[in-house]
Amino acid sequence: MSQPVWPQAPGLPLKQGLYDPKNEHDNCGLGFIADIKNRKSHDIIRQGLQILINLDHRGAVGADPLAGDGAGILIQVPDTLYREECVKLGFELPAVGDYAVGMVFLPQAEKALSACLKAFEEIIPEEGQKILGWRDLPVDNTCLGESVKPIEPMIRQIFIGRGESCTDTDAFERKLFIIRKRVHHQVWDADLSDLNHFYIPSLSSRTVVYKGMMLGHNVDVYFKDLADERCMSALALVHQRFSTNTFPSWSLAQPFRYLCHNGEINTVRGNINWMQARRHNMSSEILGDDLEKLWPLIGDGSSDSSTFDNALELLLAGGYSLAHAMMIMIPEAWSGNPLMDDERRAFYEYHAALMEPWDGPAAMAFTDGRQIGATLDRNGLRPARFIVTDDDKVIVGSEVGALRIPESKIVKKWRLQPGKMLLIDLEEGRIVRDAELKETLAKAKPYQKWLDETQIHLGDLPEEVSPMTADKKTILARQQAFGYTQEDIKFYITPMATDGQDPLGSMGSDIPPAVLSDRSKMLSSYFKQNFAQVTNPPIDPIREESVMSLVSLIGPRPNLLDLETGGKHMRLEVQQPILSNVELEKIRRIENKVDHAFVTYTLDTCYLAIEGAQGMEAALDQLCQKAQQVVLEGHNILILSDRGVNADRVPLPALLATAAVHHHLIREGLRTEVGLVVETGEARQVHDFCLLAGYGAEAINPHLVFGSISHLRHNLPEVLSEEEAHGRYIKAVCKGILKVMSKMGISTYQSYCGAQIFDAVGLSSAFIDRYFTGTASSIEGIGLAEIAAETMARHANAYGTAPIYRDALDVGGELAYRTRGEEHIWTSETISALQHCVRSGDYQGFKTFSSLVNNHDKKLKNLRGLFSFTPGKSIPIDEVEPASEIVKRFATGAMSFGSISWEAHTTIAMAMNRLGGKSNTGEGGEEAIRFKPMENGDSMRSAIKQVASGRFGVTTEYLVNADDIQIKMAQGAKPGEGGQLPGYKVDEWIGRVRHSTPGVGLISPPPHHDIYSIEDLAQLIHDLKNVNPKARVSVKLVSEVGVGTVAAGVSKAHADHVTISGADGGTGASPITSIMHAGSPWEIGLAETHQTLVLNKLRGRIAVQVDGGLRTGRDVVIGALLGADEFGFATGALVAEGCIMMRKCHLNTCPAGVATQDPELRKRFTGKPEHVVNFFMFIAEEVRELMAELGYRSISEMIGRSERLQKSEAINHWKSKGLDFTGLLTTPPTEPGVAIFNSESQDHGLQKALDHMLIEKSKDALENGTPVVIEADILNVNRSVGAMLSGRIAERHGHTGLKDDTIHLKFTGTAGQSFGAWAAHGVTLELIGDSNDYVGKGLSGGKIIIYPSPDSPVIAEDNIIVGNTVLYGAIAGECYFRGIAGERFAVRNSGARVVVEGVGDHGCEYMTGGCVVILGSTGRNFAAGMSGGIAYVLDEDGDFEKHCNLAQVELERFIDDPKHVTEDDLTDMTRFDAQRLRAMIETHLDKTGSNRAREILADWKNKVAKFVKVMPVDFRRALEDIKKGAA
Amino acid sequence: MGKPTGFKEFPRQERAYKPAAVRVTGYDEFMIPLGEEVIREQGARCMDCGIPFCHNGCPVNNIIPEWNDLVYTGDWEQASQVLHSTNNFPEFTGRICPAPCEAACTLNLTDEPVTIKTIECAIVDRAWEQGWMEPQVPKRLSGKRVAVVGAGPAGMACAQQLARAGHSVVVFEKNAKMGGLLRYGIPDFKLNKELINRRMSQMQAEGVEFRPNSHVGYNVLPERLLLKFDAIALTGGSEQPRDLDVPGRELDGVHFAMDFLTQQNRRNSGEPLGNVEEILATGKHVIVLGGGDTGADCVGTSSRQGAASITQMEIMPLPPEKEDKGTTWPNWPIKQRASSSHEEGCVREWAGATTVLEGKDGRVTTLKGVRMDWSNGKPEPVKGSEFEFKADLVLLAMGFVNPVHESMLDDFGVQYDGRGNVEAASDGENAYKTSVDRVFTAGDMRRGQSLVVWAIREGRQCARAVDEFLMGSSELPTQ
Repeated sequence: MSQPVWPQAPGLPLKQGLYDPKNEHDNCGLGFIADIKNRKSHDIIRQGLQILINLDHRGAVGADPLAGDGAGILIQVPDTLYREECVKLGFELPAVGDYAVGMVFLPQAEKALSACLKAFEEIIPEEGQKILGWRDLPVDNTCLGESVKPIEPMIRQIFIGRGESCTDTDAFERKLFIIRKRVHHQVWDADLSDLNHFYIPSLSSRTVVYKGMMLGHNVDVYFKDLADERCMSALALVHQRFSTNTFPSWSLAQPFRYLCHNGEINTVRGNINWMQARRHNMSSEILGDDLEKLWPLIGDGSSDSSTFDNALELLLAGGYSLAHAMMIMIPEAWSGNPLMDDERRAFYEYHAALMEPWDGPAAMAFTDGRQIGATLDRNGLRPARFIVTDDDKVIVGSEVGALRIPESKIVKKWRLQPGKMLLIDLEEGRIVRDAELKETLAKAKPYQKWLDETQIHLGDLPEEVSPMTADKKTILARQQAFGYTQEDIKFYITPMATDGQDPLGSMGSDIPPAVLSDRSKMLSSYFKQNFAQVTNPPIDPIREESVMSLVSLIGPRPNLLDLETGGKHMRLEVQQPILSNVELEKIRRIENKVDHAFVTYTLDTCYLAIEGAQGMEAALDQLCQKAQQVVLEGHNILILSDRGVNADRVPLPALLATAAVHHHLIREGLRTEVGLVVETGEARQVHDFCLLAGYGAEAINPHLVFGSISHLRHNLPEVLSEEEAHGRYIKAVCKGILKVMSKMGISTYQSYCGAQIFDAVGLSSAFIDRYFTGTASSIEGIGLAEIAAETMARHANAYGTAPIYRDALDVGGELAYRTRGEEHIWTSETISALQHCVRSGDYQGFKTFSSLVNNHDKKLKNLRGLFSFTPGKSIPIDEVEPASEIVKRFATGAMSFGSISWEAHTTIAMAMNRLGGKSNTGEGGEEAIRFKPMENGDSMRSAIKQVASGRFGVTTEYLVNADDIQIKMAQGAKPGEGGQLPGYKVDEWIGRVRHSTPGVGLISPPPHHDIYSIEDLAQLIHDLKNVNPKARVSVKLVSEVGVGTVAAGVSKAHADHVTISGADGGTGASPITSIMHAGSPWEIGLAETHQTLVLNKLRGRIAVQVDGGLRTGRDVVIGALLGADEFGFATGALVAEGCIMMRKCHLNTCPAGVATQDPELRKRFTGKPEHVVNFFMFIAEEVRELMAELGYRSISEMIGRSERLQKSEAINHWKSKGLDFTGLLTTPPTEPGVAIFNSESQDHGLQKALDHMLIEKSKDALENGTPVVIEADILNVNRSVGAMLSGRIAERHGHTGLKDDTIHLKFTGTAGQSFGAWAAHGVTLELIGDSNDYVGKGLSGGKIIIYPSPDSPVIAEDNIIVGNTVLYGAIAGECYFRGIAGERFAVRNSGARVVVEGVGDHGCEYMTGGCVVILGSTGRNFAAGMSGGIAYVLDEDGDFEKHCNLAQVELERFIDDPKHVTEDDLTDMTRFDAQRLRAMIETHLDKTGSNRAREILADWKNKVAKFVKVMPVDFRRALEDIKKGAA
Repeated sequence: MGKPTGFKEFPRQERAYKPAAVRVTGYDEFMIPLGEEVIREQGARCMDCGIPFCHNGCPVNNIIPEWNDLVYTGDWEQASQVLHSTNNFPEFTGRICPAPCEAACTLNLTDEPVTIKTIECAIVDRAWEQGWMEPQVPKRLSGKRVAVVGAGPAGMACAQQLARAGHSVVVFEKNAKMGGLLRYGIPDFKLNKELINRRMSQMQAEGVEFRPNSHVGYNVLPERLLLKFDAIALTGGSEQPRDLDVPGRELDGVHFAMDFLTQQNRRNSGEPLGNVEEILATGKHVIVLGGGDTGADCVGTSSRQGAASITQMEIMPLPPEKEDKGTTWPNWPIKQRASSSHEEGCVREWAGATTVLEGKDGRVTTLKGVRMDWSNGKPEPVKGSEFEFKADLVLLAMGFVNPVHESMLDDFGVQYDGRGNVEAASDGENAYKTSVDRVFTAGDMRRGQSLVVWAIREGRQCARAVDEFLMGSSELPTQ
C-alpha cells in the first residue's frame, strides 16, 4: 500500500518548472467571538465579520485586487434560517441536533456534478442516514475578483437526517465524518476530469463553514445567508488568509471543519508518514469497523492546517474531547519544566508515546459548536489576545482592538500564553481556564501510574557488557570503508570529542555539489538541510532550551485510539538519541530485563563484496523483506547494524538502509509496531545523524566514531578518559542536532524523527521515490547504481592495495584545499590570478582568472558549469550598454564592520560608491561619520543598510541614511541560525557602532523576533518604509526548495527587492554543518523564484538579486538569464582587496588584515578601492562581451531568458549525466503585459499613515524645535505610528534628535502594531488605551507612555496593556507601561529605560543594555542570553529564580539606601540600585498614575527588599574593566 | 590544529651555516640543523591555511600544513609518512631545493615564511636516524618488467614508485654511480652523497635493480630494451649545455661548468676522472658566466679549490632587492638572492655580456665584455661601457638547451618538441608517453632543465602512467 496521491487543492497550478504547489505556505489573522452563555444572535455573526475586516492588513492581496487569499467564518448551524428556507424548498427539518448540514463545493461540469451528487445519494443511505434535501446557496459573485470567478464552485448545502443507528449526536457526528470521507474517496477514485472543485467545507449537525476566495469585507456580500437577520449563532470563528501565492484556492480558505490556524506545522511531512504508519496497530472501540473506511486518513487538502484538521477530526471521532486532542497534538513544553506539576507532566509524557507533536508556530482557534477555544504552541510564536466583556462575550484575535468595544464594558484583557489554552464551554456557560482544564484532564486517568508501570528509562537498566575497545589493527580499514577522511578526524571528531561542540568554520563552501564531484561522496552529502525563513521562525536552541527536547521513544507505539488500557503498553525512553556502546548493548539484550516486553533483532546491513555494485538493490530488498518478516514474528526493536564490515562484506550506506526499511515498514503499515535503532560506522558529522533521524532512526549508535576516539584519545589536546571523550562527542552531536532541528523551528526530536526536513540535490526521482519517499529533488541526478559504485570505491580503498591508503586516510580536502582532495573554485591559482590583475589593472589577466574559474568542461564545480549558451545573432560590442551602467546593478555582500576590519569595510564601500553600485553595512551598524562624503569626494557610506535579527546599531538615523534597507532573513552559510560576537571582539570602537558595551558579547538570535510569519514580515517592511519612504526595502532569502513561494509571499508583503542567496555564500563564523549542508545552489533558488513570481504575476513589482558565489561575467549573464535583475558579490570583492581564503575569520588571525580586529594584523591590509573597482569593471566588461555574443543590448532584455541556456552536451561525467535541468531552465508562460523583470513599484499604502497628519502639525517643531502637543484617536489599523515622523527628525537632526518632549503626541484608543517604532529623541507618545505587538521597536530616544482609560474597570496591573516583542532592538529612550506586557519584552534592548508591571515569557532576552523595571511577575526563561543592561524585578512570591534563566546572569538583592546621588552616579549600573529604582518608579507614577507604583513607594522600605536585580556576569566584568581603565 | 597564533609568537628561524672561513676548507655539508624544540616552534608558525598556497608552490604538492602540525605536536613518525606520501626523496629537496613553497607561503606576504624546507629536512633526517625508513616491498609482483634509463632524481623516483607497484624495475645509468646530477652536478658541500647511497639501498630492497656503466645507445642497445622490457621510461637529463658563441671560445681554460663540477665530485669520492683534462681553479682568476645555481656551485667549488679571484657575471640586470608582493606572490619572485657560495667570496657582475675571449699561448687570459641595457625588454649594448676581466679559467654556466639527441634518443626514434626536448604530455590520456609505443619519458629530458623537485614529480607521475599502461589501471597517486 502506498500513500495515495491526493488531488491537489483546486486553483493551484500544477507542478511546473521548479514551481511545486506543495511548497505553498500561508499565515494569517484569526479571531472569534463567542457568547459564553450560548445566546445565539445575528449580532455575533456581524461582529465576527467585523473582526475579519479589521484584520484585513494581516491578509494579502495579490495581482488581482478583489481576490484576497481567502477568508471565512464558522458558525453554529443557524437553525431558524435553514428551517424556514428548507420549508420553501419543500422539506422539513427535524429538531435541532437531529439533522446535519453539509456545505459542498461542487463542480460546474455536468458529468462531474452528477458523479458527486451520486456519491452522496449512495453513501448516505448505506451509512444508515437520510437525505433530507439539497439547497442551492444564495450567493452574489459580483464581489469576486476576475481571477477567482472562473474557478468559483457551485455551492450547495445538503441536509441529512439522523438515522436510527445513531443514538446520540456524537454518534451522528461520527457517522457524518465517515460519510464525508467516503464521499470524498468515491469521487476522487472515480478519476473524472473537472473534479477539482469538489470539496466539503463542513458536514455537521452543529457547525457550518462559509468560506471562499473573497476579501474579508465581502464574505457576507457573497454569502447572502450571513447578512440574513435569521442567521444566528452564539459563536463566530473567522480567518483571514495570507498565502505565499496568488493562486486562488477555495478549499484552502479557512476555517476548516474544526479550526483555523495561524502559523505553520513544520513537521507535517513526518506527521503524515506517522499517521500512515499507524494503520496496522490502530483500532477503535468507538469507531469499530468504520475506522477502516477512513483510510487514507490524511490529506484531502494540501495545506498543513487542513492536514492538522484531518488528524484532529480522527481523534475527536475516536473519542477524545476537543481539548484533550489539542493537547496531544500541540503539547506544552513539559520535559524539564520545573514549573509544571507532576500530574500534568505525566499526562503529557504518557501521550508523547501516542503521538509525536505537530510542531511549529501555531495559534489555533477551534470549536465543535459546543465548546470554542484557542491554544498556542509551546513557544508562543503567534499572537493571540482576548478580552471578556461585562455582557459575557469573549473576543479572541490576533490583535486587540479588532472589534471596538467601549473600554467601560471590558472586564478582562489578556493574551494566550505559550502552550496555554483558553476554552469556553457554551453548554456550561463559562470560561474554563487553562489550569482547571488541564488539571481535570490530567487527573482523569492515572497517567503517572500507567507510566510507572510501563515506562522504562534506558539509563535505569543494568549494564552488562563493557564498552568494546577499538581494534587498532582494523580501524584504519574500517574508517576507510565508511569513507572517513583526515578532515573527519581533524575538523569534526577531534574537536567534538574535546570541546563537546559542533565545530565552527568560516568563509563559504566552494566545492562541487556531490553529484559533480569526481570523488566518492557519502550519500548524506546529496541532502541539504531545510530551514525556516519568513513563513515561520527558527528557534534558539541554546537560549530557549526550555522548549527543546531530545527525548526519544524507541519501540512500538501504543494504539492512538486506545483511551482505556494505558497501563499495558511498555515504552522505552532515552533522554537523547545518541547511544553509547554500553547503551546499545542494553537494548540488544533487553528482552530478559523487561519480561519480554521488548524483543530486539539485529539486522546485518552488510552484503557480500563479490556481489559488487549491482548487488546492492537485491541486498536492500532482502533487508526490507527481512525487516518485515522479523516484525511480523514479533520483534519490536530492530537494530540495523553494519558492524560486520570486513574485506568480504560491504556495508549498505546506513542512511539508505535506514530510509529503505523505514519507508518499507510505513508502506506496510508496520512502522509503529517496531523501534528502529541504527548501529553504524557511517555517522560521524552532525549532518549524518540528522539525516538518520529525519528518515526514521529513533536512536543511533556511531560505533566507529567511538572506536576512532578511543584510538586517537592520547593525541587529543586534553587528557580525557575514554568515557569522557565519548561523552563529549555525544554532547556535541546532541547540540548539533538541536541546532539543525531548531533551524526549521522544530523543538522535539520526536517530531523531527521521520520528518524528512531535507532537499535532495543530484538524486534521481526514481531513487528518491523508492527509498526517500516524499523528499523534494529538483534537478534529478544519480540513482542507486552510482551510489553503489561510490560505496564500492570506498570499500576498495579500505581493503585494496593502493599505497596512499596503506597508512593513511583519504585527505578529504572539502574544508581546505588539499592535494588529491576535493576540487575548489578558490585555489592558489585563481586567487593569485585575480589579485594580480586587479592590482595591475590588467584586463587580460582577468580573462586568465575568469577562464580558470569558468573552466567547467574539465572540473564541473557547480551547476552552471554544465550550462552552455544557446547561440543567437551576435551584435557589435559597442551597441551593448556600457560597463559603467552594468556595475550599477552590482552590490557587495553583507559583511559587518566587526566581522571584517575597518580598512576592509571602508575600502569596499568607497569602491562601490565610486562605481555607483552598492555596498552593505552587514549586521553591526554604521558610524554616522561615514554618512558624510569625504574631502576627496569618496564616500564610506554603505548604500545598503542591513537589518538583521540582532538589530545592532539599527537607529532611526541609520535607516534614513539608506538607499536600500535589507532585512536579512537568512544567510547562505548558516540559514536559520543566529550569530554570536564574543565579548573579546567587541572593542570600544565596535561597541560604539553597535550601541553596546565594550567587552560584552553580542548575540544575534536565530529569528527576527518580530517576524514569525509572512504577515509579520509585511509589518516590518511597513515599519521600515515609514521610517524611510525613499529606500527600497529588501528581503534576503537563501536558496532551498520552496524559496520561490516564499519570495512570492515577500513580494506580496510589499518588499521592493528580494535577494536569493546561494548556499555557497561566505561567513565569518558558522558551524561547519551549516556551511556544508544547509541550503541549495543559487541556480535552483533563483530559477524557482523567478518562475514562481512570473506565474503569480508578481515579478514586475519586485527586483530580484542573486548572490552567493558569483565570480565572473559568465556567472552574471547566467544569473540574468535565470531571472536576476541585480547581482551580489562578497567573497570575490574580498579577494580583490586581499582576502586569501585563510578561513580563519572566526579566529581573528587573518594574516591579510581583512577579517581581523587585531591592530597588528590590520596593518597588513593592502587593499585599495581601485582594486575592487577594477574587479567589478572587469566583470562588467566580460558581461558585455557575452551580451554581444548573445545579441543583447541591455541587461533588462536578458532577464529571465532561460531558453538561452541549455545543458552542455559536451560534458559526459559519470555522475552528472543523470542531471535534468528541464525544470530549472523552464521559461514560465506569460500573458502579454505581464512583466518578467523589475519594472513597476510596490504600493506600500503609506498614504494612509496617521503620521502624515502628525508631520504636518509638527512642521514648526521639526524645523525650529518649537514644542507641540497633538491629540488624536487611534485604532488597531493605525500601524507604525510615529515611525515616519521620527524618520523626518533623524533626517534633520541625526541620532541626537530634538529636545525631550518637543513633539508630544496624545492618543486615545487601541494602537496598531509597532506603536512608536523607531521613535526618535524628542518625540513622546502617550496612549490612553492599549496597544498591540512591537511597541517601541528600535526605539531611538523617544518616550512611550501607555495607561488604561480612566473609564476602564479593569485592574491595570492584572491586565495586558502591550503585546509581544515590545522594545525589540531599542537603542535609547524611556517607556512607562501601566499594565502587563506579552512575551519577549525588551528583547535585544540595548539602551531603553523601561517600567512595566509584569511580563510574559523570555523577558529581556538577548538584552545588551538599558534598564528594565518590572513591578510584577515574569514568565519563564527571563534574561536568557542577556549579556548587558540590568533589570529589577519585584519578586513578591519569592519564586523569581525559577523563572529566570541563570546561564548568563546573577541575581542580587539590595536594600534601601537613602544616600542622595547625582544623575551622574546613576549611570554607574553597578551601584545605587535603590536610588535608581526609586527614581524610575516615581517617574512611572507621575506619567501613568500607576496604583502599583503608588503602593510600592508608600511602603518603600519593605518593598525595596523584594526587588531582585538581574545582573549579567559579562556586563559587570566589562563595567569593572572600564572603571579600572578610567581610573 | 597547530597553534593559531604561532606565527605571531615565534619569529622565523632558519638553519645557520658554519662560518665561511671554516666551510671553504673542505667539501662537507655546512648547514647546522636546528634543535628539536626550535623546529617544533617553527612548525607551530604554520597557519593551516584554508588554501595552503605552499601546496601548489611545491611541484610535488607536499602536504605541508599536515606535517608542520605533526612536527609541532611531536608526531615525527606520522610526519614522515605524510611527507613521503608525496615526495620520494625529501632529504634531497630538504637540502638543495630553492623552496618555491616558502615563496608561496602565506607568511611570505611579510617576508617571514614558515621554514618549510628546514622542517622537511629535519623530518626525513630524523626518520632515517630513528630507523623508520623501511623498504616498502610490494605484496605481489605484477610480472611486468620496466627499464628506467637515467638514474637522476626523475629516474629514481620513477623506479621506486614502479617497484612499489610490483613491477620488476631495472635502472640503466651511464655513469659509474647512480644519482645523475644529484651525484655529479651538485657539490658535496650542498648534498652529501651518502644520502643517495642510503636511498639506493632502500630501493634495492624494494626490488629495483641498478645497472651502472650502462650507456643506452652505446653499450646497451635500444632495440634490446624494447625486446626485454614491457615498458621503458627515459628519464635522462637535459645535458646539452648552452655554449658561448664568441671569438676565443676555443681557448684552453674555457670549460662547461658541469665538466668542472663533476670532476670535483668524482675527486671527492675517489672515482677516477677518466681520460680527461683536469680542470682546477686553484690559484686562478676564475670567471663564471651565468648567474644561476650552477654558476653559484662553480663559485663555491672554486673557492674551495683556492682560486685567486672569482667573478660571476650575469647577462640580465641586477634584479630588484624586493619583489612587488601584490603582483608576484605566491609565484616565485625575481629578486636579489645570495647563495652560501657568494658569501664565501666572489664579485658579482650584472648586465654584462662577453664580447671576446683573448688568450696567450692558446690559454685564455682575458675576458672582454660590454654592459647591456635591458630597458626596452631586449638587451642592447651600452656604448662606452666596455670592460675587461683577467681570466685564467672561464666556466660556462649558462644553462642547458635540451637533452642530447645523438644515439639513444635518435635511435629510439622519439619525436622532439619545439625546444628539442622529448615530446610527451604531462597529463591526460597520453601523459608521459613518447611517440614510440611503450616508451615513456619524464624529468629534464621531457621538460627541459629544471629543479630536482620537478624531476621527482615527473618521475612519480610517469610511474603512474606506466603502471596504468601496463595494468589497465593504477593505484599509484597522480601526485
